[in-house]
Amino acid sequence: MHIKKSLPRSIAIVGAGMSKFGAFPDKTGRDLFVEAFKELSGSIDKGFDPKEIDEIYVGNFSSDLFEGQAHNAPIMADAVGLVPRSATRIEDACASGGVALRQGVMAIASGLADMVLVGGFERMTALPTAQVTDTLAAAGDTLFEIPAGFTFPAFYAAMASAYMHRYGLKPEHLMHVALKNHANGALNPKAQFGVTVPDWMQGRIEAAKKKNKPVPTWQNEWDFLHDDAANPLVAWPLRLFDCSPITDGAACVLLVAADRAREFTDNPITIIGSGQASGMPLHDRAELTSIGAAKIAAQQAYEMAGVTAQDIRIAEVHDCFTIAEVIASEDLGFFEAGTGYGMAEDGVTARDGAKPINTSGGLKAKGHPVGASGVAQVIEVWKQMRGEAGARQVPQDVPLALTHNVGGTGQTCAVHVFERK
Amino acid sequence: MSNEFTSATFNKFLGEHKLMGARCTKCGGLYLPPRAICPHCYSDQIEWIEMSGKATLAAFAAVFIGPSTLQAEGYDRNNPYCAGIVELDEGVKISARILGVDAKNPASIAIGTPLTIEFMERGVAEQQKTVLAFKTI
Repeated sequence: MHIKKSLPRSIAIVGAGMSKFGAFPDKTGRDLFVEAFKELSGSIDKGFDPKEIDEIYVGNFSSDLFEGQAHNAPIMADAVGLVPRSATRIEDACASGGVALRQGVMAIASGLADMVLVGGFERMTALPTAQVTDTLAAAGDTLFEIPAGFTFPAFYAAMASAYMHRYGLKPEHLMHVALKNHANGALNPKAQFGVTVPDWMQGRIEAAKKKNKPVPTWQNEWDFLHDDAANPLVAWPLRLFDCSPITDGAACVLLVAADRAREFTDNPITIIGSGQASGMPLHDRAELTSIGAAKIAAQQAYEMAGVTAQDIRIAEVHDCFTIAEVIASEDLGFFEAGTGYGMAEDGVTARDGAKPINTSGGLKAKGHPVGASGVAQVIEVWKQMRGEAGARQVPQDVPLALTHNVGGTGQTCAVHVFERK
Repeated sequence: MSNEFTSATFNKFLGEHKLMGARCTKCGGLYLPPRAICPHCYSDQIEWIEMSGKATLAAFAAVFIGPSTLQAEGYDRNNPYCAGIVELDEGVKISARILGVDAKNPASIAIGTPLTIEFMERGVAEQQKTVLAFKTI
């Protein structure tokens, strides 16, 4: 295997936009994509002519099953007026968005394109939860894993069980991750669950009072999170508040050759590292407490960028489940293996901590419209690096940031490193 | 039916209550689930080899919200089941249903628990299939 350590052309992000994340019964995937594109169009400081876009890459896991719509890239291109440009769908499960970004990077780096629209979308809430669970399970190995009764929560629960056994993690450590990500999501107007866990709990108490129902006796968020009725087990040790939600949403970013970036903004963000790797099903891996593809993708991205894990100021990582954030933080080299689980409790990964993770609220609170998530991660670091993250802006300057996007249990992983020049 | 290195052959063996792995005759690599091409030496000179059926529990989940297939078998929030990854004595791992454990009390389930193979028959006629399971000894 030979991976080039540098890109022949530099790539900058000059615009970004996303739809509101949530459940939108009256919107199709293309409606959400248009919403994201409209915000992107307004985000380019010096404006742009959409006619200059050369290619489109769209991350989407399964609009085929979720909406009965396959072959969606040209539909998205058409919806935003970009036909007849090349439009390509990328499907790598939950990593579809991150891989679409990498394809956009390669299109410009190759010299074939100067300006690329990279987007992602998923319209998931039209199906009942059981069918969503089945559809997501198709991202696992349907011959050897799914017949054993695995669901996606179950895969990550199994990783958590191995991690608990090896390193002594307790479910409460994972609850700290959920508390942190909801605290961040509460400051993100685009988030599906933009509410802190204590406020969520209070809302449930108020609702019970209003309806003259028995008022829960939770004294604090810990009572709430330990209550089997309020926070039921999905796949032990993971409970509802350890799982990212089912979400409708879309996101897109505009990439240009870096030598043209100043035509569009005085504040471009450059993509200086891109890595991607594949992995085997969980049972085929030597290690069940880390994701090898993430380590390799990160190593590629760091080498290309010429930076180390310690240099990264903030990261958006793929917290489809709380345990996934812990494992990601170790795979990326932020923390030693077996030590990441205490970092949310200790405040290290909080917005004002030494290594803020998932300032957007992460997949957990912001929502996880599968194909859009990898692109929405990029939007968060773009905003934070430009100082445009509003109430959730981190206190420290952010010259370097990272995104980490995982498909399945780690059969695909894409990692990107961003720099503000 | 020839014994090609396909999932159909694997499942045919499973129906005969045999868990079969694949061994590379060139480098000796052992693979479960079976592979048609050795990922180490890229040889396609592979042979089927029956696994002992002795294993230990490597990782697990007690599943309270299952896929529709398991919901149809009566599993739900009040009747969870256990899915796991087992490590066979031969050193390879595979996903399987885990039996003989108390999924309602997952804290009682221990990684490293010795297990032995079990074959679960599900469905009838054309839908009949054998599901790989391991149970506590």
